[in-house]
Amino acid sequence: MLGRTLREVSVALKQGQITPTELCQECLSLIKKTKFLNAYITVSEEVALKQAEESEERYKKGYVPPYNATVVQKLLDQGALLMGKTNLDEFAMGSGSTDGVFGPVKNPWSYSKQYREKKKQKPHGENEDTNWLITGGSSGGSAAAVSAFTCFAALGSDTGGSTRNPAALCGVVGLKPTYGLVSRHGLIPLVNSMDVPGILTRCVDDAATVLGVLAGHDCKDSTTVQDPVKSFILPSLTDVSKLCIGIPKEYLVPELSSEVQSLWSKAAKLFESEGAKVIEVSLPHTSYSIVCYHVLCTSEVASNMARFDGLEYGHRCDINVSTEAMYAATRREGFNDVVRGRILSGNFFLLKENYENYFIKAQKVRRLIANDFVNVFNSGVDVLLTPTTLSEAVPYVEFIKEDNRTRSAQGDIFTQAVNMAGLPAVSVPMALSNQGLPIGLQFIGRAFCDQQLLTVAKWFEKQVQFPIIQLQEIMGDCSSVFENDLASVSLKQ
Amino acid sequence: MSVQPSPTLFMAAAAAPSDGVILARRLLRLRSPRGGMWARAARRVLRAPGGGGRGFASKAGGGGVSAGGEAAPQERGRVPGDVIEHLERLALVDFGSREAVARLEKAVAFADRLRAVDTDGVQPMESVLEDRCLYLRPDNVVEGNCAEELLQNAHRVMEEYFVAPPGTRFPKFNKLSHSKLKI
Repeated sequence: MLGRTLREVSVALKQGQITPTELCQECLSLIKKTKFLNAYITVSEEVALKQAEESEERYKKGYVPPYNATVVQKLLDQGALLMGKTNLDEFAMGSGSTDGVFGPVKNPWSYSKQYREKKKQKPHGENEDTNWLITGGSSGGSAAAVSAFTCFAALGSDTGGSTRNPAALCGVVGLKPTYGLVSRHGLIPLVNSMDVPGILTRCVDDAATVLGVLAGHDCKDSTTVQDPVKSFILPSLTDVSKLCIGIPKEYLVPELSSEVQSLWSKAAKLFESEGAKVIEVSLPHTSYSIVCYHVLCTSEVASNMARFDGLEYGHRCDINVSTEAMYAATRREGFNDVVRGRILSGNFFLLKENYENYFIKAQKVRRLIANDFVNVFNSGVDVLLTPTTLSEAVPYVEFIKEDNRTRSAQGDIFTQAVNMAGLPAVSVPMALSNQGLPIGLQFIGRAFCDQQLLTVAKWFEKQVQFPIIQLQEIMGDCSSVFENDLASVSLKQ
Repeated sequence: MSVQPSPTLFMAAAAAPSDGVILARRLLRLRSPRGGMWARAARRVLRAPGGGGRGFASKAGGGGVSAGGEAAPQERGRVPGDVIEHLERLALVDFGSREAVARLEKAVAFADRLRAVDTDGVQPMESVLEDRCLYLRPDNVVEGNCAEELLQNAHRVMEEYFVAPPGTRFPKFNKLSHSKLKI
């Protein structure tokens, strides 16, 4: 091996004929044997072996991105520390964070004192971990990471509610900015006309801080608007009497759990009692929204997933019969059923004979849905108030009884219309359910009025005083994190 | 507004050799056995403005016109086998199982609900930012020269080339469809 050329040994490493560590050790042992030549004044054995280890990791991992997404780079430039990459549903398709190749994500609230007490379970108990709850999805890993205090903020993506859904189920704040405000450069595209990076934090102020860092035109993403954006500090509203809150009546669906419904009512009454004008409004095309989303999403996915052919990056199978055979096998191995199902559905809607009746039709319905929102905001409403999810988090064993498409249709029901209209929306945790689990409500704002939206959300957050999750039993000696005076400091601002 | 053909009208159209030939052939390819389904399909064909003259045979290679029938699959109806094959070809992803085909059919049935919305005179919406200008960057090279980094992520490279297997022989997936189509 040592006698080969650089190119040859590089190929051998790639093909796994030899590992970096083995190669390194061969060199080191030969250095020792030829010590009498006096060629080396220092042999950096430890450094070399460490680098060989790192190199091995790189070969194992497969894809290492050659660049940072703009949103990541912006955070790093402001001095943020990257704690890691979080788990999700594969290609952000799902509303449970259960369909990823690294396994499902568990909701930290499954282990909270609040939940366990209600279930009359002992706090400890590895063997009682069979009934854990889902986080929601698809950015469930990010929501769980923030909820469990492992980081101060996390990024997610939001195409149909993937940031707001897990935020609601994990009791954290999930913000979907206006489409065009935050750069999508580096965000693997799912639906180019609806995707945005999402922000997850434990309080609204933090979400505003992160948004202030991320928002703004990016010349690498031509769908970001050119309007100047400056970071802002959210005012602390004391007077909501000038606000007009809209309650869309079509969001009162039969599947909505009674607990969420009653909290929604309670929130509306809260605004009213503090002087805001609270009115019922209508978004007439709401019932078609999820269908429209389904068609547009699968169609764009069919196109966007075409780039994964195994040739330039990512998984590649061993078949060498022909290019198309290789593509097909690579994609069969590399994509799970959910992704493949959406690609095939999308291709169906894009067939020549179906294009007009499905894809174009959905685009027309999209306009009707977007217009519904425009009409409501034009009638004087500042912010809409809706549930985020149909219910609190459910156990994993329950969730997997239905397939991904059904669950996504249920999970996204209140959130996807916002993506089709490109509006900003935020999920704010309100209260615990009877089972001790978080329930969040969604605020929807006018396009590019993210600051106003967050101001209202911040007022609401202060009013409801959502409880801190109590994870002492499983956190062991990190109990100082949860002392109440720390919590009250952060809320005092 | 919709044309309601009586069964006799439909049969007459199917029987007429000259005018009804294309219509009849198209309808014959629809696989649903039930009279109700046929009538609905016939209405769709008769209503669609650009419905006539659709090619009948499917061409080999990408971009060929599908002969899966001009009308979309009926509610709760099956997706024709040749459409399944065509989709696998276009997507380069195979269905893999009967369940996957059933899921597609459910997805299509779900999407069919859109028909109930009146979209006469409504323009399709492609982007929520349609009222804004799309600005282009000046056509100057500002970055690049990263061939090494880009090549690093590929499994098979030879010098500065990505290596692909030769040819375009299309793979035969496990047959779920009953098509006599030759590719």
